[in-house]
Amino acid sequence: MATLEIRDLHVTVEADNATKEILKGVDLTVKQGETHAIMGPNGSGKSTLAYSLAGHPKYTVTGGTVTLDGEDVLAMSVDERARAGLFLAMQYPVEVPGVSVSNFLRTAATAVRGEAPKLRTWVKEVREAMERLHMDPSFAERNVNEGFSGGEKKRHEILQLELLKPRIAILDETDSGLDVDALRVVSEGVNRVRETGEVGTLLITHYTRILRYIKPDHVHVFAGGRIVESGGPELADKLENEGYEAYVKGGASA
Amino acid sequence: MAENIPVGSTTSGAIAVAAEAKSTVATRMSAPPSFDVADFPVPHGREEEWRFTPLERLRGLHDGTAVATGEGVKVTVEAPEGAVVETVGRDDARLGRAGTPVDRVAAQAYSSFEKASVVTVPKETVLSEPIRIAVHGQGGVAFGHQVIELGDFAEAVVVIDHTGDAVLAANVDYILGDGAKLTVVSVQDWDDQAVHAAQHNALVGRDASFKSVVVTFGGDLVRLHPRVTYTGPGGEAELIGLYFTDAGQHQEHRLFVDHNVPHCKSNVVYKGALQGDEAHAVWIGDVLIEARAEGTDTYEMNRNLVLTDGARVDSVPNLEIETGEIVGAGHASATGRFDDEQLFYLMARGIPEHEARRLVVRGFFAELVQQIGVEDIEERLIAKIEQELEASVA
Repeated sequence: MATLEIRDLHVTVEADNATKEILKGVDLTVKQGETHAIMGPNGSGKSTLAYSLAGHPKYTVTGGTVTLDGEDVLAMSVDERARAGLFLAMQYPVEVPGVSVSNFLRTAATAVRGEAPKLRTWVKEVREAMERLHMDPSFAERNVNEGFSGGEKKRHEILQLELLKPRIAILDETDSGLDVDALRVVSEGVNRVRETGEVGTLLITHYTRILRYIKPDHVHVFAGGRIVESGGPELADKLENEGYEAYVKGGASA
Repeated sequence: MAENIPVGSTTSGAIAVAAEAKSTVATRMSAPPSFDVADFPVPHGREEEWRFTPLERLRGLHDGTAVATGEGVKVTVEAPEGAVVETVGRDDARLGRAGTPVDRVAAQAYSSFEKASVVTVPKETVLSEPIRIAVHGQGGVAFGHQVIELGDFAEAVVVIDHTGDAVLAANVDYILGDGAKLTVVSVQDWDDQAVHAAQHNALVGRDASFKSVVVTFGGDLVRLHPRVTYTGPGGEAELIGLYFTDAGQHQEHRLFVDHNVPHCKSNVVYKGALQGDEAHAVWIGDVLIEARAEGTDTYEMNRNLVLTDGARVDSVPNLEIETGEIVGAGHASATGRFDDEQLFYLMARGIPEHEARRLVVRGFFAELVQQIGVEDIEERLIAKIEQELEASVA
């Protein structure tokens, strides 16, 4: 069973000629089949956690360990992490002009699966996955994220999640900027992947709204660069009612 | 974006609205156009038109010390039925009608060539296959002149393919009759040592459309001067360029579109990728809308993708407008480093770095490659881009 273990993770970022510590000792274990929601106010470091796990060059890990089934994730390059089974659905997916969605998906699937998927079954697989996400077939011929609406970008991220079948999926504010209909479609996509029982999900969000569609097993409150409280789904209800105020003051100085 | 511009690159440009009839595009040249090389002083390198060019690498084309060596280049013309191919002497009246040399090297070429190729497509003749002109360098010095003339309503595609090693200065004239359609693809696929300077003069007839595709990969120094003027209203010119500038190469494209007639269009898109130490690309885009050219519609764009440190781009769009009665006029220039965010996004999906780079660079050129319209050239271009990228990864 795949297990992602994050131990005492410290991460800094260079900003305005100064080094700033964003993550200040994160501890978290995500197992295959589990869904963890990480909730926190803006600026708490949630997205830094997501991008650090994926290996974005902007972030420097200064301490701690991250392992996937005992393998040292921090020693891997960005693409090696993805091939090892980590997937990051990004909050702001990047435009890649001149590269079609279909070419991109097939190149990614070939890389992650270790061999090119057979063309006939692949075309069917993509078409069906797109239908489930209510995406028009013409989408495949557009350039990656170019001119996509907010909702289209997020569907495209979830389409990749469904096709690449990672062992650990990190969803970074996948709910932000979505209207209720799009949120439902995207959540259904995530739930289909979760129901296979083969993915561990780390759902990073600012709002509790998405948790009505995707039920977490564990909820963690993130503040001041670390997890300050962990609990079950009831913790989300508490946040819904009381907000982050208690954590912003108490958590940051704790 | 300012932070995207690599160190050592410049992007400047101007939109000038001139009240005077005297154009600055013309006056900032160091001498007026002439067919006679003696009318141009030997450039010293600080002139506006020479300031980006390493004169010492022109191998004497600029100062009269380069002398033709007989077997400099071999020109082979392959034309489908319907086209007339001739080799003519200097005194042929059909030479030099599309434009006058604007700098000393072009004038040197005009003063020095011995034989010219003239390809004529008679009026209303529509060619089914491209005309292919192979210019193969054989290690010598050569001066050339070519004329491609389409009669009224004729249609043709011409591929001029430069390969091998040579020191070549040339003028190429494209003359389009009324309603004619001409696509010219000029490929500079020279060996590493070659030097190539050329002026391309297009004279676009009433309601005619001219498409120029310039593809520059090879050579030590390539300096091209595509120029367009119109002879009647309704003319359209589309100037597309792709270049891949490697370590040590100097590739310079200096365009000029003279909107001297009302109701004509021009669209210029040049894109280049650079990699390696001392790779230097220069793009100058001059567009002049003369006072009488009402109803003009023009746009020019240059984009550069800098793949490694040590490369340099100078990109200068200039738009000069003498009448406000136009449909549109605009320009854009951007030079960016390889986008790390694109690379991260692709790699975060498991795609290895070299493959991700290849996808992005292919994507950068894709929209232009698709517009070439000559299948074997498109394929060769894609293969060439792959080859260049393989070299950079290795």
